[in-house]
Amino acid sequence: MHVPDGFIDAPVSLGAGVVAAAGIAVCLRGAHRELDDRTAPMAGLVAAFVFAAQMLNFPVASGTSGHLLGGALAAILVGPYTGALCVAVVLMVQGIFFADGGLSALGVNIVTMSLVTVVVGYLVFRGLVTALPQSKASIVGSAFVAALISVPVSSLAFVGLYALGGTTDVSLGAVATAMVGVHVLIGIGEAVITAMTVGSIVAVRPDLVYGTRGVAQELELRPSPVSA
Amino acid sequence: MSKHTRIVVLVGLLVALLVAGGLSYYASSAPDGLNRVAIDEGFDKGEKDHALDDSPLSGYSLRGVDNDRLSGGLAGILGVGLTFVLGSAIALAVRRRGADSSPPERSDRESTTAGGART
Repeated sequence: MHVPDGFIDAPVSLGAGVVAAAGIAVCLRGAHRELDDRTAPMAGLVAAFVFAAQMLNFPVASGTSGHLLGGALAAILVGPYTGALCVAVVLMVQGIFFADGGLSALGVNIVTMSLVTVVVGYLVFRGLVTALPQSKASIVGSAFVAALISVPVSSLAFVGLYALGGTTDVSLGAVATAMVGVHVLIGIGEAVITAMTVGSIVAVRPDLVYGTRGVAQELELRPSPVSA
Repeated sequence: MSKHTRIVVLVGLLVALLVAGGLSYYASSAPDGLNRVAIDEGFDKGEKDHALDDSPLSGYSLRGVDNDRLSGGLAGILGVGLTFVLGSAIALAVRRRGADSSPPERSDRESTTAGGART
């Protein structure tokens, strides 16, 4: 969902840049609480993994593809503040080095693909995990739903920004309908990838998944047979 | 980093490298959802060229390498390496260190000793 240069006008791009910068500042403070010696290495891995996964466009409809956004996944694995930073790092690397996502649209892209996906994804995840019986299955199922919802909501955030600063006169209703429609499909792909990734790490090292905090007792954390 | 966390990180990094370096060749090249809608609804005409279109990794292919598969694969590998290094650097810079390493989470409060010893 990388927005190129020229879609959003300068004032709104700048405004989004300010929001993105403020969001990153908040996340840096939050990440300080989330990260310690044990969990910091996961952050680099999450960023690398999101970058790689975003290269794997999958077909969702005729002439249309999608790719993982990664905010929900990152938030569940390393926490929302760190997760948002990871995705933001990916977006910056993509914009600066790979010409993927306009430089003037970096603020827009960070707002939609890092901040919105993380906020929505993490809130949905936490809400579900709190409501459901505590188990690995609940964690994975909640991850699926959180990821699924985060994508179309993120696409609506784009539509909102386009409504404010879009450079072409279009029917916002038509754009919103089309965006949500295709991004629900992409959200299914996101949900599958997120659930599979979270599931595979929870199966072997639930202690390395931020989202298991609070349910640790139920996940039978056992010391590894190879003693530390 | 404990030995076991290191293994998880290395395995994960390997997966990322394989995905970006190899599997990405088979990715769909159809326009993504946003671009598709932009084309269909007509706002793609606002798009301007990227300021850094001439950079060596622009478009996820390594400039100067003729073989498509190799060019894309190397670009992917470089991207994974770059994001891993940057992400790790930021996390290490921002993390809590040493004595106050224990996370201030509800689950930890529940697990403090009966005497309420400070963690």
